[in-house]
Amino acid sequence: MPMTNNLDPAQRFTKTEFVVRKERIQSITKVLFAVMAISMIIPLLLIIGYLFYHALPSLSWEFLVEVPKKGMRDGGIWPAFVGTLYLVVISLAIAAPVGVFAAVYLNEYAKDNWFNRIIHLAVINLAGVPSIVHALFGLGAFVYAAEFGYSILSAALTLAIMTLPVIIASTREALASVPMPFREACWNVGASRWQTIRAVVVPNSISGILTGIILQVSRAAGETAPVMFTGAVFYKAVERGELFPYQLNEQCMALSMHLYTVATQVPNVKESIPYATAVVLLCSVLLVNAGAIALRVWLRNHKKW
Amino acid sequence: MRIVNTTQVPRSLLHYTLKVAMIGCLIFSGCQSKNEPQEKKTKVVTIQVKGSDTLVNVAQAWAEEYKKIAPSVDVEVSGGGSGVGIAALVKGTIDIATASRNMRPEEVEAAKRNTGKDAKEFTLGYDGLAIYVHKDNPMKEISMDQLAAVFTEDGTFTKWSQLGVTIPNVDDDAIVRVSRQSSSGTYEFFREHVLNKKDFKLGSRDMNGSKEVVELISNTKTAIGYSGMGYATPAVKMLHISPKTGEPAVPPTIENTITQKYPLARSLHLYTLGQSQGAVQQFIDWILSAAGQNILKENGYVPVQSTGN
Amino acid sequence: MNDMSESDRLPTLPKRSVVSMAGEKLLEFIIRLSGISAIVFVLAIFFFIFREAAPIFFSENFNLVKFLFNAEWYPTSVTNVRYGTLALTVGSISVTLLAMSIAVPFGLGSAVYISEFCSPRLKEALKIIIELLAAIPSVVWGFIGLTVMSRTIISLTGAPVGVNLLNGGLILALMSVPIIVSIAEDALKAVPDSYREAALALGATNWQVVYRVLLPSAKNGLLAAVLLGIGRSVGETMAVLMATGHAVQIPHGLLDSVRTLTANIAAELGEASASSDHYHVLFLTGVLLFILTFAVNLTADFVIRGIRRK
Repeated sequence: MPMTNNLDPAQRFTKTEFVVRKERIQSITKVLFAVMAISMIIPLLLIIGYLFYHALPSLSWEFLVEVPKKGMRDGGIWPAFVGTLYLVVISLAIAAPVGVFAAVYLNEYAKDNWFNRIIHLAVINLAGVPSIVHALFGLGAFVYAAEFGYSILSAALTLAIMTLPVIIASTREALASVPMPFREACWNVGASRWQTIRAVVVPNSISGILTGIILQVSRAAGETAPVMFTGAVFYKAVERGELFPYQLNEQCMALSMHLYTVATQVPNVKESIPYATAVVLLCSVLLVNAGAIALRVWLRNHKKW
Repeated sequence: MRIVNTTQVPRSLLHYTLKVAMIGCLIFSGCQSKNEPQEKKTKVVTIQVKGSDTLVNVAQAWAEEYKKIAPSVDVEVSGGGSGVGIAALVKGTIDIATASRNMRPEEVEAAKRNTGKDAKEFTLGYDGLAIYVHKDNPMKEISMDQLAAVFTEDGTFTKWSQLGVTIPNVDDDAIVRVSRQSSSGTYEFFREHVLNKKDFKLGSRDMNGSKEVVELISNTKTAIGYSGMGYATPAVKMLHISPKTGEPAVPPTIENTITQKYPLARSLHLYTLGQSQGAVQQFIDWILSAAGQNILKENGYVPVQSTGN
Repeated sequence: MNDMSESDRLPTLPKRSVVSMAGEKLLEFIIRLSGISAIVFVLAIFFFIFREAAPIFFSENFNLVKFLFNAEWYPTSVTNVRYGTLALTVGSISVTLLAMSIAVPFGLGSAVYISEFCSPRLKEALKIIIELLAAIPSVVWGFIGLTVMSRTIISLTGAPVGVNLLNGGLILALMSVPIIVSIAEDALKAVPDSYREAALALGATNWQVVYRVLLPSAKNGLLAAVLLGIGRSVGETMAVLMATGHAVQIPHGLLDSVRTLTANIAAELGEASASSDHYHVLFLTGVLLFILTFAVNLTADFVIRGIRRK
């Protein structure tokens, strides 16, 4: 504020009571809101710290690749870990193409009419359906009606439908961020709609699409209820470090379900084992998410328009 | 106007992803229709075991140990409860059902109707259903009538003082009842033998696993609950039980369970459909052998035969 | 156009082969099919859970009024089967209310702080942390409730049981804060900067801008954030299953154990043999939950769209 007249500066700049009050409220609220924000982070750090502290005696590479021993009271989590990988990969193989195509349709093809608004609502509701309702659906539709039985296939299909909105939402966002002139330029040289999408829109939004897919992975890995009733078992004998122990029509163990069972069902388990299982699950999910975040930051720094 | 594309790398990446996804889809739909991708590991036999939560840990230990003896047999173990295991057996979707109660006549009939086979029962051991309290609880014994008055829907006991017990260092001596979720075999057994088929009083903490029951009791001084005696820990105490108030109380020990002197003794069963063959029968034979019975014993249950101490 | 690296790859229209054109048609068909998949799935979910629930209406043990307004839940009783879900509904509502009474002020407060008060660098960091907070699987939250939180509650309040309404409410609050923050932050971001600039030019402090300008103009978005938070906590399953103590009763205080609709399904579904009354009733609770969350999400969407139209 360039004030260059000769009035007594003290008088001109003394804060009136009104201003003092206003500024006091301002600083109080700022601190208050900061405390609120911090109080969300502190629990996160405390909890992760606590989990790690208790998990430490069991955490090792051995814990990951070893099979559960002595009635799940000792040993590792390999069958559960590999089972989760199975579920994630298969559900991804189903959800990714459908989700990306659905987003392409919504963003590139759909006109703004009532039908497409209904699709939009359906996506939102699909995202809001409780996981246990997805479990009921998976049980009723895949296990019984489609007669897939309790199997990896049923569980993966349930997970795929459940995580579909994650992919649709972030792919759509990524597609929408591609500026319209890009498309127009491409159409002007005679490219068809699909050619434009393939050659211009998708390459320019691939990082965003991948982010969505990564988020789907993290979501699918952490879900418990839907797999509990469609294809996850309490225990299945698997060799240590075996990479392909399961088949599609069999049931498998899953990390999230394993955490639930060791925490609630297995007696006299070594104290650190449920904690270590929780840490492995938590870390895999957080690492995957961190990957998505890193990708997004990379994308933002490399954006050329 | 300059439109710069984000390099070639993501483009090839895109093509790759798209192609993999499409191929994946095709392969997958192929698998789906066949639903039997059996090219791999044709020799491996899978035995599905499902049922009682009480037995799920033992079944798991068997599966683990059996893998060492017969590497070509995969055993899948799931819990869910005795009722679920039997229901699945009746439908013919599993090989072995474990149960902490007997199969009901109508279930046997349904199995016959659905699959044309008779259900075959194996008794694999015994279990005493223990009544647990916190280790600081001075109570030593309880009678069946008292238990019923604590747990039944119209039961009158809601405070420890009514049982004549003062628990040190607690303000509120309301009894915290710990139960199991309905339709677990343990819940049904307790309802039948302690509550005389009446219903439980609502408001009990209904835990999902036998272990959770013991865990909760070990953290709560005013709690009382029931669970298999294999689940005991140093932080809880098993009460002695007298069949009627005034009669001598019986501790839950192995001998008392075998002789049925302990009022809450029950037998544990396996069910199969018809005369099972091959791998399933071998597995059951192994369970009933000394090796299998030892595992049962290690898990705190009572073997069906004396396995040489 | 001269810099588009793939322009050489795009064949001109007359040269395209029939196969390529047909392939494109096929692909567009698949895209359209995927587009409507969401509708198909939502309808399929409703269809299948309703199909499994429907037989209960023909059972003599069942009475819709009692189902909704009776607090006695005895699904497997030998003598007197009763399917009353009132205690479960009250359980769900009380846990959600408690969670919201914590999560809403903290969530909105954090959103305001992130959007208006802090430096860009801090803002970035906070947003990442919130995203990570949102990613923690619910079974891990449940495990935290069962162990850390339960012990803390017992030692702080002297409650006999650590898994109770308070525990579940706290866990759910921590779980639903991230969703509230991120949506509320979006809503605040959507307020045009010119509003802020106008207020600042008049000498308003940040707080005055927030209180007098942003909150009124973003109130729909904030409401939607709260609604979605509610939707999330009503539908949450594993965490409440492990943290609330699982007792069928209408709670009288924060330290009473409760059971929610979702936890009830999760605990008993594995146990109910298929095509028994109990099994059908559980699916009916599923239908109830589906309709409930459907309504919440629909309202939230209408509220959000309300702002866009403005």
